[in-house]
Amino acid sequence: MNLCKVLGTVVASHKHPAFQALKLLIVQPLDEKQRALGKSFIAVDHTSCAGKGDTVLVMREGNGVRQLLKNPKAPIRSIIVGVVDAVDA
Amino acid sequence: MYLGQVIGTVVCERKYAGLEGARLLVVQPLDHQRAPCGPAEVAVDTVSARAKDLVYLVGSREAALACDPSFVPVDSAIVGIVDAVDA
Repeated sequence: MNLCKVLGTVVASHKHPAFQALKLLIVQPLDEKQRALGKSFIAVDHTSCAGKGDTVLVMREGNGVRQLLKNPKAPIRSIIVGVVDAVDA
Repeated sequence: MYLGQVIGTVVCERKYAGLEGARLLVVQPLDHQRAPCGPAEVAVDTVSARAKDLVYLVGSREAALACDPSFVPVDSAIVGIVDAVDA
């Protein structure tokens, strides 16, 4: 899993049915010092409480996403699984 | 998953079994500020995207899951048409 910063939201009304009712956020991966590292990407928010500016924990693995969403055919790779309060590294 | 913009189409008469009827589009990946990021790629369209549409894509094995049938050799699929990005 990666630490990421939420950069903003993505609104899409016409999408694959597996994305219905899921919130999409753009996130920027961070290193352990919370510096930007690599390209931003889109993740689904499973915590339903992450917002712009939050540091979040993102899982980038499709099988884990399908288990969490209980949808064995979801074409989704990245999901926010926690909102980070503090990192001591 | 990542943002992209549709910049063209690919016509491919002979395709792998299971990909008959699949629309192939050329997509330029974009970053959160909608600036091009990396080389353009060919993606299967599952949402009837049109030229110049801002879309989001999924890559790797999950791209094939967006297709029907899902056991197809695809590693990039357009899974949504983006209305707005606030970033």
